[in-house]
Amino acid sequence: MGGRPLARYLLKRVALAILTLILLSIMIFLAGQVLPGNPGRAVLGPFASRSAVQALDHQLGVDRPLPVQYWSWATGLLRGNMGISYQYRAPVSSFLYPALLHSLKLAAVAFVLVVPLGVIGGVLAALRRGGAADRAISVTGLSLSTVPEFVSGIVLIVLFAIELKVLPVTANPPSGSGPLTQIRYLILPAIPLVLILFGYIARMARAGTIEALDSDYVRTATLKGLPRSLVIRRHVLRNSLLPTITVIATQTGYLIGGLVVIEDLFNYPGIGRLIFTAATDKDFPMLEAGVLVIGVVYLVATLLADILYTVLNPRVRLGGSE
Amino acid sequence: MPPDHRPDLLAPPAGRASLGEAATLHGPGAIPPLGTEAGAGPIDYSPRRIRRERLGELLSTKPFVVGGIILVGWIVCAVFAGQLAPYDPLAQSLTATNAPPSATHWLGTDSLGRDVLSRVIAGSRDILVISPLATMLGTVAGTAIGLVQGYFGGLVDNVVGRVVEAVLALPVIIVAFLFVVAAGPSELTLVLVIGFAFALLIARTVRTAVLQERDLDYIAAARLRGESALHIMFAEILPNVGGPILVEFTVRLGYAIFTVATLSFLGFGIRPPTPDWGADIAANAGYLSAGYWWETLFPALAIASLVIAINLVADSIEAVVIQ
Repeated sequence: MGGRPLARYLLKRVALAILTLILLSIMIFLAGQVLPGNPGRAVLGPFASRSAVQALDHQLGVDRPLPVQYWSWATGLLRGNMGISYQYRAPVSSFLYPALLHSLKLAAVAFVLVVPLGVIGGVLAALRRGGAADRAISVTGLSLSTVPEFVSGIVLIVLFAIELKVLPVTANPPSGSGPLTQIRYLILPAIPLVLILFGYIARMARAGTIEALDSDYVRTATLKGLPRSLVIRRHVLRNSLLPTITVIATQTGYLIGGLVVIEDLFNYPGIGRLIFTAATDKDFPMLEAGVLVIGVVYLVATLLADILYTVLNPRVRLGGSE
Repeated sequence: MPPDHRPDLLAPPAGRASLGEAATLHGPGAIPPLGTEAGAGPIDYSPRRIRRERLGELLSTKPFVVGGIILVGWIVCAVFAGQLAPYDPLAQSLTATNAPPSATHWLGTDSLGRDVLSRVIAGSRDILVISPLATMLGTVAGTAIGLVQGYFGGLVDNVVGRVVEAVLALPVIIVAFLFVVAAGPSELTLVLVIGFAFALLIARTVRTAVLQERDLDYIAAARLRGESALHIMFAEILPNVGGPILVEFTVRLGYAIFTVATLSFLGFGIRPPTPDWGADIAANAGYLSAGYWWETLFPALAIASLVIAINLVADSIEAVVIQ
């Protein structure tokens, strides 16, 4: 049966992602236009004359009909032009890309810490199913995943930065410091994100492991006399890690939501802080572009995870049910 | 035949997927209407008895009891804040700023000399009103959307589903953030925005649950009796998807607290000087590096204990309902 249905599935999946992206861009654009306060007035302040505000509105193009504005915004985005920031009167992209890079660094540190921890925790819990270790890992993970990042962040700052003085309070290393120092400064901001994500990843890894443990092929492997460690390594782990890929991707979007808070708390110049500042300054082009970038990152991550899952899963790859 | 009867009445193969769940998922207070025998279990499994058994089961689980006690404690704080707080949470004392915990101020004072304990007690108020209201709004709206999506399917389902997917490509906190900035921060805005975001999330769950019910025999029977679509959705299907909806409500309640606290921390939620945990943490976080940890740590612990308590309760309910 092979490749044909798989290719068709992937094509359909990409088309749906593009459709979702178009809908998302329309909604973000509308929300940006619904934002109260007239852009010209917001930039020039309450004492500027009406004619000056009107002139600026005309210059910014916000006095045109909405569909025209959307069209020029959307086509501009496709050409890589994200508009001009009201606040800084400079291209949005010149702020957005460096901020995104900063956030990716922080997210990478968080992921490098949480993925092995979550998978190990989930697999351990599954192997001790129903036992004290299972309950402890499940309840801790679940509880931690609902504590807001700034709450755990505060507790961590008090503990590690102020009482024990082992980690710096800020996320920004002195300029010119090497990559290792940079990572050291990012550990404390990354831990709240790790705490939130740990529960989700452990839960998925646990469920995947239990499903594999209960499967016929594991029973067969056990019955034909393979040692338990080998059964777990060769038959259980491979299958239990598959659903974990999906949860890692879906949590990427969540992670970026958390970045807004963490970057605000640690004063870190990432995309979350950029969006936050844009919102307080009513800098619509910056806000719209920043939120859209977050949506794109999420859609691309879930798309990649779907493709990876499909390609790695033999049942789907060999033309089973879609 | 009523005009709103589905034209493709016999199209779905009736009773194809008998999940055996219809009996256990019978919601509270449901009077099994005629024709539900196909999906229902033995006669003595009356909804009231199942409900009582489940309550007993819940009360015997430790996480539920621990979470419940903490939750009730915070509700008592919110209701009797005026009586419990040792000081006026708004009263400033510029001679006693940033005082560490002591016999007079158990949890110390903040940067304006306000009693931290009193602010922590009074801070439970707004969040414990806004979060349940937002969650209820989201559950009611989400259930309605999910029922319509699941029952009618087709174009309606597709269009709504696309919009839901597009909004959910953004984290709830960013959606809330965008709209709170648009409408200006107020208690009502928080309820509406969080309710809207949750409605989309809950609609997805309800839709899935409805899809499992739609092709069962009791629905086909109700259609044959000539019941209206509205009646089938709300009187026949709704009681049978009560379990997942209850679980969604309790889980989302925890996230509502999370979201309200986070928005307040960012300055887009409850505004100072109203006592609020998130806003108080934001106001005093700058003093952390000076060593004044009590002003932020205690509100932080308050948020953590409340969300963890709700989660323990939610998780126990989920374990009992989805058996």
